[in-house]
Amino acid sequence: MDTFFLGCGLYLSFLMVLSLYRAVFGPTVLDRLIGVNAIGSKTAVLLILIGLIYHRVDMFVDIALAYAMLNFIAVLAASRYFQKRKGLFGE
Amino acid sequence: MDVIVVFLIICGLIFFTGGAVGILRFPDFYSRLHPAGKLDTGGALLIMVALALFNLHHFSLSTLLTGFKIILIVVFVFLSSPTAIHGIVDAGVRAGLGPWTKKND
Amino acid sequence: MKAQAQGKAIHHEPARESDSRPVVPSHGTARSLLSYAMAFFILFCLWVILSGKFDLFHLSLGVISCLMVTLFSKDLLFPEPRTAGSFAIWIRFIRYIPWLLYQIFMANLHVLYLVFHPKMMDLIDPQIFRLQSSLKGDLALVTFANSITLTPGTITVYVSIDGTFTVHALDKQSREGLPGEMERRIAKAFGEE
Repeated sequence: MDTFFLGCGLYLSFLMVLSLYRAVFGPTVLDRLIGVNAIGSKTAVLLILIGLIYHRVDMFVDIALAYAMLNFIAVLAASRYFQKRKGLFGE
Repeated sequence: MDVIVVFLIICGLIFFTGGAVGILRFPDFYSRLHPAGKLDTGGALLIMVALALFNLHHFSLSTLLTGFKIILIVVFVFLSSPTAIHGIVDAGVRAGLGPWTKKND
Repeated sequence: MKAQAQGKAIHHEPARESDSRPVVPSHGTARSLLSYAMAFFILFCLWVILSGKFDLFHLSLGVISCLMVTLFSKDLLFPEPRTAGSFAIWIRFIRYIPWLLYQIFMANLHVLYLVFHPKMMDLIDPQIFRLQSSLKGDLALVTFANSITLTPGTITVYVSIDGTFTVHALDKQSREGLPGEMERRIAKAFGEE
């Protein structure tokens, strides 16, 4: 079962690289924000997977909870910040 | 038991794949939010429930608490993900981005 | 849109304050006490799950800190004592959740089909449209907005206080099915028939 979890973790990292394309080359600032949000929501799952691989779930689940909250607050703060700026079209 | 866990995890990974590919494929930022908001939430739900089930193999008080914490993460994601998506959409509307429609393509 | 929203908020706030003040002392003391109890119960469940210790010292610490937070944030968690007060609303709301999960699953399958379809550009037809809802309470409006965002191909863009929803829909099928069964179920769950 550990091998299966390891494969799942690697596949999730691959998906995060795919989302990273949108976070780096996105046409507007808000596209990058979507990419960052997608990476964050995958990271919370990946942390629990890592905890299962190392047999320390009770520790990693707290980190995952904190990371989910941090991701939410970061996205909300960034979107509140950028809505004051006009001209998000071109860069 | 293991069969259910593997099945749920694979379903969740398919949802996550759809989310990542949808973020890359859709034409504008409003429609990119649809896979980012829905598929990621659904995939996170399925994988977390599967991991909580797997964690309850050796049943004791500490694994029960860990399972509750994982369910707590799921509830939090379900409350926060629509709110984050709504924040991003609101920023886009106030910045004046128009939606992509069929006619102007 | 921003100026309009701010104007509405400014006009709305004092009205509600003056509305709620005479109501709460007259016949709402038992209900507001029940809403305190509900907030305390939720916070204490969180404490027990997060701390994971069951000896007397940690439990009494939890009781003290949960009482303090409940007193500080009395108008933060349940601003209207009505919605937290009756257990019937909570039970009906919990019965609404499995249906919502089923809808979310179907929504995910629909979006998945759209994402992997080779001719995706012809299938989608994104549009922004408005719909008028008849829901009244704050909690019902928030639940409806979050449910719209989580279900087939639709995202809530803007909610005004009188119940006008601005919604971005991904394709035609999801646009047609919107103000239908979900609103009826939420109205039933919150007792607003």
